[in-house]
Amino acid sequence: MLTSLILLPMVGGVAAWLTGRSAPRMARVVALAVAVAQAGLTALALVVASRSVSGGLTSGLTGGGWPLRLDGLAGPLVALTALLGVVAVLASWRVRKSPGAHFAMLLALQGALTAVFVAADLVVFYVAWEAVLVPMFFLIGVWGHEKRRHAAMKFFIYTFAGSALMLVGLIIVIATTGTTSIAQAVKTGLDAQTGTLVFWLLAVGFAVKIPVWPLHTWLPDAHVEAPTAGSIMLAGVLLKMGGYGFIRLALPLAPAAARAAAPLLATLGIIAIVYGALMALAQSDLKRLVAYSSVAHMGFVVLAISIGSKLALTAAMLVMVAHGLTSALLFLLVGLLQDRAHTRDISRLGGLLRVVPGWGTALTFGLLASLGLPGLAGFPGELVSTLEGFRAYGWWMAVVAIGVVLAGAYNLRALRRVAHGPLVEEWREMRDLDVREVFAIAPLAVGILLLGVWPALVSSAVAPVAEVVAKMLGGG
Amino acid sequence: MTWFASHPLAVVLVPLAAAALLASAGRWLKPVAPWIAVLGPLTALATGAGALMAGQAAATAGSLPWISVGDVVLRVGFRVDSLAAIMLVVLGVVASCVVVFSAGYMHGERGWSRYFAFISLFSASMAGLVVASGLVELFVGWELVGVCSFLLIGFWYDKPQAADAARKAFLTTRVGDVGLLLAMGLIWARTGSLSIDGLARAAATLPAGVVTAAALLLFLAAAGKSAQFPLHFWLPDAMEGPTPVSALIHAATMVAAGVYLVARTWPLFALSPVAQGVVLVIGTFTALAAATVALTQTDIKRVLAYSTISQLGFMFAALGAGDWRAAIFLLVTHAAFKALLFLAAGSVLHGTGTQDLRQMGGLWKRMPVTTITWIAGGLALAGIPPLAGFFSKDAVIAAVMLRSPVAAIALLLASLLTATYVARATQLAFFGVSREVREAYESPLAMTVPLGVLALLACTLGFSATALLEALGAAGGESISAAIAVPAVLAGVAGLAAGWFVWGSDAAAENSFPSWLEAVWGSARSGYGFDAGVVRTTVQPLMTLATLTYVFTDRIVIDGMVEGSAKVVTGISEWLRDLQNGDVQWYGAMTAAGVVVLLTVVVWLTRGA
Repeated sequence: MLTSLILLPMVGGVAAWLTGRSAPRMARVVALAVAVAQAGLTALALVVASRSVSGGLTSGLTGGGWPLRLDGLAGPLVALTALLGVVAVLASWRVRKSPGAHFAMLLALQGALTAVFVAADLVVFYVAWEAVLVPMFFLIGVWGHEKRRHAAMKFFIYTFAGSALMLVGLIIVIATTGTTSIAQAVKTGLDAQTGTLVFWLLAVGFAVKIPVWPLHTWLPDAHVEAPTAGSIMLAGVLLKMGGYGFIRLALPLAPAAARAAAPLLATLGIIAIVYGALMALAQSDLKRLVAYSSVAHMGFVVLAISIGSKLALTAAMLVMVAHGLTSALLFLLVGLLQDRAHTRDISRLGGLLRVVPGWGTALTFGLLASLGLPGLAGFPGELVSTLEGFRAYGWWMAVVAIGVVLAGAYNLRALRRVAHGPLVEEWREMRDLDVREVFAIAPLAVGILLLGVWPALVSSAVAPVAEVVAKMLGGG
Repeated sequence: MTWFASHPLAVVLVPLAAAALLASAGRWLKPVAPWIAVLGPLTALATGAGALMAGQAAATAGSLPWISVGDVVLRVGFRVDSLAAIMLVVLGVVASCVVVFSAGYMHGERGWSRYFAFISLFSASMAGLVVASGLVELFVGWELVGVCSFLLIGFWYDKPQAADAARKAFLTTRVGDVGLLLAMGLIWARTGSLSIDGLARAAATLPAGVVTAAALLLFLAAAGKSAQFPLHFWLPDAMEGPTPVSALIHAATMVAAGVYLVARTWPLFALSPVAQGVVLVIGTFTALAAATVALTQTDIKRVLAYSTISQLGFMFAALGAGDWRAAIFLLVTHAAFKALLFLAAGSVLHGTGTQDLRQMGGLWKRMPVTTITWIAGGLALAGIPPLAGFFSKDAVIAAVMLRSPVAAIALLLASLLTATYVARATQLAFFGVSREVREAYESPLAMTVPLGVLALLACTLGFSATALLEALGAAGGESISAAIAVPAVLAGVAGLAAGWFVWGSDAAAENSFPSWLEAVWGSARSGYGFDAGVVRTTVQPLMTLATLTYVFTDRIVIDGMVEGSAKVVTGISEWLRDLQNGDVQWYGAMTAAGVVVLLTVVVWLTRGA
């Protein structure tokens, strides 16, 4: 079953590509069908897995004969991937340039991402990790905006350099423990010296992906140039590979080194929370603004991972899923705006709520979610990260609090400049959302609301894994 | 009512359902939108009244896990005790009046259903804040009332002043909210629980420094929400919202949430004389300073806004003096007479089309009901017996007198100024000769009936003092002390007389003031330039810092290093660029090859698994 979760989008991607060769306009239909089928299959797999999960790293739904495992840590991210897969297809519905190849890339990306999260084997993990890069590279480099080639190269080289270090780390793990199975390797463990080396090699690879300050500058460039679907997958899922890697591999493989690294990670996380928000405040390009807000939100993930308590690790996952939904919604909305106005410059926009109330309402919702409004997805994870952060680091949370205020400032600044105020005459004829666009927005909005009200949806799945990892770190 | 008292979650769920209904199907529900929106406040009223009749012992509570990881559980729950019940009654009465009033006031407005949806969402959030049994759910309600305030101040969002005011209100209160967030962190780190009852039990075991820090952080949040110095400057701007919203959110309920928060977490404040002292000083200073500003305003709504800041200062002074029950008493009476004054001002605005006092005059002939109800509210605010404000202000000043005679004298002075600005505004708006307003009409019944209800309450609520204080667990109930009442009433009468005669003889009396007073007057009119100063010292430097950091640190330093090292691998990039020749077939083939290679590698590596 897990195998088909990876193969379905891959095969579907080939099908979309083949369809696209003879009937370019049919490729999107095939892609949508595949993405929806994938979402259904994912839901089914999660139901089956939730029946068999008894808790911990070693349980979960395994793939028949393949070293795959769907447990409480992978589950929410696999679900996120499937959901955003559908949204991304809908978002790129009108792609003109070789639609077949575009949708093939999108589906291949989805398959590779799923493989990263369900990999139970270090080699599978690495191969899937690198496989993610290829379709993403082409999505940015071929279907992106003006400076796409530069951005694609920067993205590729930056993250490739990171994963090269990660590969060295993984090879050391395999050589030292004599196994490629993640569970076995964790059980065997590493001695202190090797552990420290492995932790830092892996940490750099993961940190580039998250991205941890100051390794973040590839992100705004990549987002600004990426097509909407690419941005949705990039911010929504790709960044989560880093946080997932920490909790799945780096912390369990080298708990002592992780503890030693906690102050540094916490510092970088806290810096990112404030710095990302401050940078978002300085932007006039709406997409770059959302990209920098990702740096700030992922700062909470880094902070929570550094704390390493079971509650904090759960919070890290909550923040990741919440950010996946929220950033996907915002990038989608910015993309829809760009389709209409051909600009993302907030100084040229204004008063849009009057002409496009549907879009404006969705933007209000998304920006409020991004500033961490209670009742919406961002709140539970960021609240718990701050609470546990206070337990671990005390008054340093006052610095995080500055980031919380700044998050309000940049989100409301964007809302004020784009949606409120007098209408800029140029946009009087702008059309509001159509049915397809509403269908792309709706699942994200529902998810954001659901996770905000009922975080146990994710936290109850993550908790057993978080408990095991926290215990390894010597905490609770 | 018994049903409501035993099912208190209805106070949140009913208005929430109403909001969802109006938001999704508002287009078809236009004629009945106010009727749907009033359900929430009525539920709050029924629940609060039911709980009060059942008595303190019947406090209902419940909770469920929100996030649980192993043995660590964050619970959310509700609890209706007499303090919460009183707040629910206040919310229910004022919100019901405001919804009915709005049906007249907002008639024909674009966004009619949206307006009532927001009002319903506000009712749900405020009720949630009130019945919260832990700090997490209190914080949820706290933030949601803030966002409703944001949405309603910015209701006319294409008006730049309204949009700016909405943002300013949200961000200023958010600076305060950070205090609540950090207080939660501190309490969580020290006690491992965020339940308010648990906090009351744990407070005694915490070190004094921690208690004081937590109390001051909570007060920071309260000061932001309740517009206390130095976080007060958002409230006058918030008057850009529709006037019924000002009555509900920015006079009666949300801005009083800060007072409620301190009363709710009183066990912490009780243990910290330092925190009480800070609250007393800030409250007294705000009460006096805001009253001077209220005296100078020319916009009737801004008079009331500064008056609200001043009255909230009185409440905090009572809290700082250690008598939280007196603060809640003033909160209740203030909700009635200030909501009344705002709605009356709304009626004036509706009937004349202006809120500038300098253009009004002589309205009593054409708007008799509005005039009479305004006067009832004004006399109550001025503390004239036997109206409601007299009793509550007396209780507050008596409490403060016991702690600090200096602060009590400052509050008496503030009372004098209060009466003066009431008389000034009344004189300018309703009496004398009509200046620029040519046409004025009395408002329809939908607006005058709520005015009448609130006026009745403003006149009579004072007599509920004993019942109210006893419900809150006070030993003796209300007793009027002559030592306070006599000077307080004298101050009120003197203030009224001063305002009445100075502005009665000349509507622009301030123009003939001596030059020194004119300078003070002008400074007070701009809020002593505080608002502009804050913008100059925080907002602009922050934007400059953000831009400079972006251009210099982020782009030149950090990204410069990245781009620099990327030059090293230019060779690779050239090679890859050749691959990217725009030939779609070629991309497809490469992807297919990639997939095949990937699968082969995986199959080969895992052949034994």
